[in-house]
Amino acid sequence: MTKILIRGAKVLGGEPQDVLIDGETIAEVGTGLSAEGAEVVEADGRVLLPGLVDLHTHLREPGREDSETVLTGTRAAASGGYTAVFAMANTFPVADTAGVVEQVYRLGREHGYCDVQPIGAVTVGLEGKKLAELGAMHESAAGVTVFSDDGKCVDDAVIMRRALEYVKAFGGVVAQHAQEPRLTEGAQMNEGVVSAELGLGGWPAVAEESIIARDVLLAEHVGSRVHICHLSTAGSVEIVRWAKSRGIDVTAEVTPHHLLLTDELVRSYNPVYKVNPPLRTERDVLALREALADGTIDIVATDHAPHPHEDKDCEWAAAAMGMVGLETALSVVQRTMVETGLLDWAGVADRMSLKPAAIGGAQGHGRPVSAGEPANLTLVDTAYRGEVDPAGFASRSRNTPYEGRELPGRVTHTWLRGRATLVDGKLA
Amino acid sequence: MQRHLISAADLTRDDAVLILDTAEEMARVADRPIKKLPTLRGRTVVNLFFEDSTRTRISFEAAEKRLSADVINFTAKGSSVSKGESLKDTAQTLEAMGVDAVVIRHGASGAPYRLATSGWIDAAVINAGDGTHQHPTQALLDAFTMRRRLVGRDEGLGQDLSGKRITLVGDILHSRVARSNVDLLHTLGAEVTLVSPPTLVPVGVETWPCEVSYDLDRTLAKSDAVMLLRVQRERMNAAFFPTEREYSRRYGLDGDRMAKMPEHAIVMHPGPMVRGMEITAEVADSDRCTAVEQVANGVSIRMAVLYLLLGGNEPAATHTRTEEK
Repeated sequence: MTKILIRGAKVLGGEPQDVLIDGETIAEVGTGLSAEGAEVVEADGRVLLPGLVDLHTHLREPGREDSETVLTGTRAAASGGYTAVFAMANTFPVADTAGVVEQVYRLGREHGYCDVQPIGAVTVGLEGKKLAELGAMHESAAGVTVFSDDGKCVDDAVIMRRALEYVKAFGGVVAQHAQEPRLTEGAQMNEGVVSAELGLGGWPAVAEESIIARDVLLAEHVGSRVHICHLSTAGSVEIVRWAKSRGIDVTAEVTPHHLLLTDELVRSYNPVYKVNPPLRTERDVLALREALADGTIDIVATDHAPHPHEDKDCEWAAAAMGMVGLETALSVVQRTMVETGLLDWAGVADRMSLKPAAIGGAQGHGRPVSAGEPANLTLVDTAYRGEVDPAGFASRSRNTPYEGRELPGRVTHTWLRGRATLVDGKLA
Repeated sequence: MQRHLISAADLTRDDAVLILDTAEEMARVADRPIKKLPTLRGRTVVNLFFEDSTRTRISFEAAEKRLSADVINFTAKGSSVSKGESLKDTAQTLEAMGVDAVVIRHGASGAPYRLATSGWIDAAVINAGDGTHQHPTQALLDAFTMRRRLVGRDEGLGQDLSGKRITLVGDILHSRVARSNVDLLHTLGAEVTLVSPPTLVPVGVETWPCEVSYDLDRTLAKSDAVMLLRVQRERMNAAFFPTEREYSRRYGLDGDRMAKMPEHAIVMHPGPMVRGMEITAEVADSDRCTAVEQVANGVSIRMAVLYLLLGGNEPAATHTRTEEK
């Protein structure tokens, strides 16, 4: 059994402590712990967090291995401090059967960089017409509990209602990509001042908000649990806040890029800023930050969406939507939430590990940093400052909006059940 | 002058007036027995049209040939958006052939901007219309037509359109002509009013330097020029307005409405005109309608833009210019 002593780490940003890992679990947390028989990692006041959990990752395998694979995606996750990721179902073939979800789950376990929990499609082929075999996916080796047609909205109200009802049988949750399809035909960017000027098709906030409003009412009506993916507008925040105040069982996520970037960047016509939902306005960004701080928005999820160079090196309208995010998420959260005083590191642990693990039911993840818990941990050098250089990414794709931007913080170590997946910033 | 012409919003007042003045010189060439200048001899200009537009392409081609440029026409029919990489590949092919300027028409907003800024090519880029974004040479030829008619051909030299009141009527939402005109006319000191059903005005228009009205009749009397924009028939099916007839009743320009305009006021149309719906034959054929003049002025404007972008240190036409700026 390997012993690792992490010496002088600010656990959840608190006073420096030692954390002793023995095998797969945390053996002891305290001060002046003995290093005998243990490999020592000098934390030097870095922040120790429970391993991050991403409820919204696109790993692209099977089908688009040119943009990402389970291996490269989980290596990117480990580099970003993640110990578990939930893999979205919009692969080729779609993860709408037990066979596909088991394959993805197995690849994650074999590669060993982080746990991969597949998300099952809500409807067959993401077509929104017929429920996929939700029960079979839940009962498979992958044990799917989160279902989503992400990339597409389950826009048929009856199908959405049935899905919400059906997953109650096994404690599942439906994660909705809220996008009213008719209101977003030809949509290229946030509808507003900038789209009017650029002549790009508008994606109005109300297309997101109207679906969220409908779905929280459906969840209330059938007494089920709904999760809202990548919420992006100030109005969506108001609806979720209202729903929670009414006791509706709704959770919501925000992406790092929606906490930092605005649609003003689209003036460059650089498709690296093309994402769905689109970058919104400064007012939306500030509302999202406030909502994440006060708990209206429960978690940060990356919506890590890798695309090959040729899908972005073209004119805006032809480009694919999406950004990679696993390797920069924590830095963006540090910049937008910690350095603005909106969240402390315990809050970051809550929004990026504890809550996402709880929503998705990720066993052994999102646990407190204390004795007897699984040793899923992330060590962060919060004093670090540096420009983002995509050349160093572990992800197979480089479509980051942060190239050349200075962001704070750097994950130096990641441990998955006591085994280092990242050491001194290098993949193990 | 900048190296590229992507958006009317990029032009300063002085840039724009310089183009209009240069176009007046170019227009004189058209009055000569031999309508040709040696200015761009040995330079290669490619007309890169990803979207059909015979009128605009022919206008650019005429301008290029009158300046003695070597002209290559490249027409990529069909949707380039479905295979977007073709823009980059095509551009690099042209670059390899030593093209000096690319005149690009593209269905995707921002495609010319991407072409000019992505490092794919070195040539000067002239936007001949991109998606619903911009069509700067159209705005320039419109401004040129207005200046000639409302200020005067000779009196207009060096002048802008200060104080002129211009009304644009029709599908603002999908119109690159409207966007370009609002930008340029504002830069030239004109007061612009957009008139349209609310469904065809973009969300966010309130930040544009213009007024917006839903009532054509009330704006006619205070307009020095009324420019009608083309309304595509398919907009009707997308519920932007109930019927063609209702559109025509509320926003079409007929003889009765034209009679409400001041006597000196002109009617403009970028073409092609949908007669009967947005404009009646009576108005289209009246001598107040400048549609045909606009076509002729388009060649002069495009000559001026090509001349100024591609160096401009040769004598333009009648007198010698040393340095433009």
